[in-house]
Amino acid sequence: MTFRTASDMGLLPCEACGLVCRDEASVSAPCCPRCEAPLHRRKHDSVRRSWAFLIAAALLYIPANALPIMHTQTLLYNQQNTILGGIRVLWQEGSWDLALIVFIASICVPILKIVALTVLLISSRRQSRWARRGRARLYRLLEFVGQWSMLDIFVVALLVSLVDFHTVAEVHAGPGAVAFGAVVVLTMLASMSFDPRLIWDESPTVSTS
Amino acid sequence: MQASKFIVCEHCDVVYQRADLARKQTALCVRCGAELYRGPTMQLQTMLALVVTSLVVFVIANVYPLVAMDMHGVENHSTLLGAIGAAWNTGVGSIAVLAALTVFLFPLTQILLLGYLLGSLLILHRKPFGFIDIMHALRLMRPWSMVEVFLIGALVAVVKIAGMAEVHAEPGLYALGVLTFLLTVVNAFDLRLLWDARERLPE
Repeated sequence: MTFRTASDMGLLPCEACGLVCRDEASVSAPCCPRCEAPLHRRKHDSVRRSWAFLIAAALLYIPANALPIMHTQTLLYNQQNTILGGIRVLWQEGSWDLALIVFIASICVPILKIVALTVLLISSRRQSRWARRGRARLYRLLEFVGQWSMLDIFVVALLVSLVDFHTVAEVHAGPGAVAFGAVVVLTMLASMSFDPRLIWDESPTVSTS
Repeated sequence: MQASKFIVCEHCDVVYQRADLARKQTALCVRCGAELYRGPTMQLQTMLALVVTSLVVFVIANVYPLVAMDMHGVENHSTLLGAIGAAWNTGVGSIAVLAALTVFLFPLTQILLLGYLLGSLLILHRKPFGFIDIMHALRLMRPWSMVEVFLIGALVAVVKIAGMAEVHAEPGLYALGVLTFLLTVVNAFDLRLLWDARERLPE
């Protein structure tokens, strides 16, 4: 089965409002007549921006997991928890279901996003024909799960405000939480910058603009 | 410059001719499997009603505390904005800003702007002022609106504290649950329908 793409047919779909416009070579910087957004054949500077966000996210992922995201201070004990430590505490207290949710949201999702985007970027750079449909599905999965890694950030914010009984018990956010928040935002920006149409592109001429 | 009988897959660039769909039908891209468009799902009027309801529930979820915690007779209530303020005060400003944007500001702006657009199109039958800019804002905010994640976060927080002190859910948490459901429906709304609705209006 052969497919006709918009680039083949000289069509230019607007990313913002979905309007399908004609690609007129004479116009140097075309704009959507309906929503005035600039029209691009592929997302502007997609690969470079995606790599930049991805590398920044991967680097920050190290302090996000090594540094504590939370200090708990009570009369009896003084505890610092990393993300993994927090999951262990949940598990030991018997709420294995929540431990599983936090484990998936804070550990699996960020790793999945970083690894999967690397695979997508490298394979589309090589114009690989390997498992294109699967890779397209992987990208849609990334877009869907992206925001769920924010879970731990919200937990910390709530604990900080709730557990505030001066000197008896207090919770403070740690530097790991800031790094982790940045990782979530950066991985979301990285997957938004990636253009899934690059998975299918065969001719190098399309991806240049 | 327009070619409206065509629809282009946003994920792989294949061009299709638009066909009419029945209710609850979805057109999928044959090559990559992404969703192209859906059959008529919801009347715009229903959408407006949902948006207005969301606004009411949003106010309730923010006015009432989410959780209360009791420790040696001292009680602490925590509202959504209170949590954000506390995060700000303890020196993790970036987290406070992140939470304020994704759980408070973006969802609220989304609800207000959608309500304004739908109200002006359906009730006043007028092209809304600033329509194009508002549509861009709605599209850009959508992935950053995270009420549902915050809801699960609140549940995790309750369980974490349960070992330390007595905690119970307050009305705000239930309202947040309802709001999550409503916003999921609102966020599934195809914004392209608003472009069509605007074009149907006479000049």
